[in-house]
Amino acid sequence: MDQSGSIPVTATAAAATATTTAATPDASTTPAAPPSAYAQQRRRQLVQGAIVLLLAALLPLVVTNAYLRNVLVLTLLYAALAQSWNILGGYCGQVSLGHALYFGVGAYAASKLFVDHGVVLWFGMLAGGALAALLALVVGYACFRLKGHYFSIATILFAEIGLTLMHNWEYVGAATGIQWPFGPDSWWTLQFARDKTPYIYVALGLVAVVWLVTWWIEDSRWGYWWRAVKDNPEAAQSLGVTVFRSKMAAAALSAFFTAVGGAFYAAFVSYVDPDSVMHFRFSLLMALPVVLGGIGTLWGPVLGAALLIPLTEFSRSYLGGGNGLDLMIYGALVMGVALIKPDGLVRVFAKRGGGSR
Amino acid sequence: MNAAAWLQVLASGLLMGLVYGLVAVGLSLIFGLMDVVNFAHGEFLMLAMYAAFGLFAFAHLDPVIALPLVAAAMFGVGALAYAGVVRHALRFKTNAGMVQIFATFGLATLIQGAAQYLFSPDYRSIKGGWLEGRTLELGGVFLPSAQVYAAVVSVLAFGGLYLLMTRTDFGRALEATREDKGAVALVGIDSNRVFTLGWGLGAALVGVAGAVLATFYYIHPQVGASFALIAYVTVALGGFGSVFGALAAGVIVGLVEAGTAALLPPALKALGIYVLYLAVLFLRPQGLFGKL
Repeated sequence: MDQSGSIPVTATAAAATATTTAATPDASTTPAAPPSAYAQQRRRQLVQGAIVLLLAALLPLVVTNAYLRNVLVLTLLYAALAQSWNILGGYCGQVSLGHALYFGVGAYAASKLFVDHGVVLWFGMLAGGALAALLALVVGYACFRLKGHYFSIATILFAEIGLTLMHNWEYVGAATGIQWPFGPDSWWTLQFARDKTPYIYVALGLVAVVWLVTWWIEDSRWGYWWRAVKDNPEAAQSLGVTVFRSKMAAAALSAFFTAVGGAFYAAFVSYVDPDSVMHFRFSLLMALPVVLGGIGTLWGPVLGAALLIPLTEFSRSYLGGGNGLDLMIYGALVMGVALIKPDGLVRVFAKRGGGSR
Repeated sequence: MNAAAWLQVLASGLLMGLVYGLVAVGLSLIFGLMDVVNFAHGEFLMLAMYAAFGLFAFAHLDPVIALPLVAAAMFGVGALAYAGVVRHALRFKTNAGMVQIFATFGLATLIQGAAQYLFSPDYRSIKGGWLEGRTLELGGVFLPSAQVYAAVVSVLAFGGLYLLMTRTDFGRALEATREDKGAVALVGIDSNRVFTLGWGLGAALVGVAGAVLATFYYIHPQVGASFALIAYVTVALGGFGSVFGALAAGVIVGLVEAGTAALLPPALKALGIYVLYLAVLFLRPQGLFGKL
């Protein structure tokens, strides 16, 4: 990976083949000396990440209002979900509108394991993640032959099938869902009745992990393959990138973290039912921050979630949910961003230093 | 179930299927014309249903009479959506698919929010229309008049569309633009104008569907979403862009749905359609009449 530092920031099919010969993806995490501009930029991103993490970790000291803390948890959760969605939708270019399926699977798996079998949440997260990753491979096997809109619509339908089945499956409580029992505060089950601070830190940890994984992906063999598949699948194929396998890997990784987020959400609200964890709106809520912030970028999903989720929550509470005004603002915003700044708001910040892509 | 009951299932599936075809054809037409999936298609249907409801409630026009008015109004909505939103979304070359999805989806959310704000989330239905409560009996099969009317209108609309596309200059320009956008510019066809009219036509067709559905279906701000999902399946099944594929696929979807409803609990009604879609996905990803 000696030449990794000289690889252009923007992914091209040529860059993908250059890394095909690399021994292991892990080698890329230790850029070789002398530090090139690219290596410096990578390091700068890590420093930026650490600073943002530190500042976010101080937020609970300032934000003491229970409602605002709730918004903060949701914002961090959606930052993590959007970052996960970005792996498949942003880097690999496969616009999935069915990620609610994986979110729901994570939420249900963790709930079922805990409520029926007393399995700790942390294991439930991993189990839900693994299950969702497997499911993503099944969905991917069926859908990755499709391109563009055909693919997006197929993913919607897979999620709808999941939703219909959950509504009717007695084993997981059908339409009633699963209620978590009241128990003592515990880090094992992530149940905290009064003080919600632990949720903030766990959600922040989740954002940090997915961000770090994304950072690592950007300069890994997979990262170059995925961007090559996104930019030009035919060219990528002709240069030896296995397009189908690349998409499958991106889908599995993306689904895994989405399900971990779902498991966290289930513990946070202590309750799951089909519409509250697997509805189509979750698929959109995960994708929208990415579009707003900047698709296929490192900071886009976080930036998008930090703007979009508080805006959604505040407009719902101040304008009153259900009267349609919040939907109108939301719709106009989505349409406006898509039409005015389709490469995302992160571009506004990223002019210096060649961008954070 | 005996033969007569199955005949009933078959008949009601066929009637609903013709309506599904009519709901889907505008979506397919627009996709064929310019490779754009309109994620606000369901909201167009919802607007048309509210328009029919409004004309009935305030102008005392029966939806049967109001149909041309609703279709004309929806033509304007479609043309406006193209000129105001979609045309701008087409400018972008990077992330093009993404921009189209989220621009039309944003429009859908905006329309839905506006409907909720203006019309309230209440469920409405047209009470006291001409067709309400009447049934037709055909050889032991009982059919609600409203659904028979809807199916007949659908067949007529498809007939009219066929004539429009084969016998008129506009239809030929539409067909030519579908086939080669670059070449039509050389013979002096303004593709922007064709796109505007194409969106108008697509929306007018879903307007006709909304006007007939309003005679027997409840109306609320989210009503479009459920029909939109069926429309996507219908279009994928018939082949994206294929106008008469939408008709055939609509009928198939209607029959499969009615069959599933007869065999499985009502909550699983949609499952048959999904399974059908998956089967098509595996066997013929381009749909029955589509080109990949």
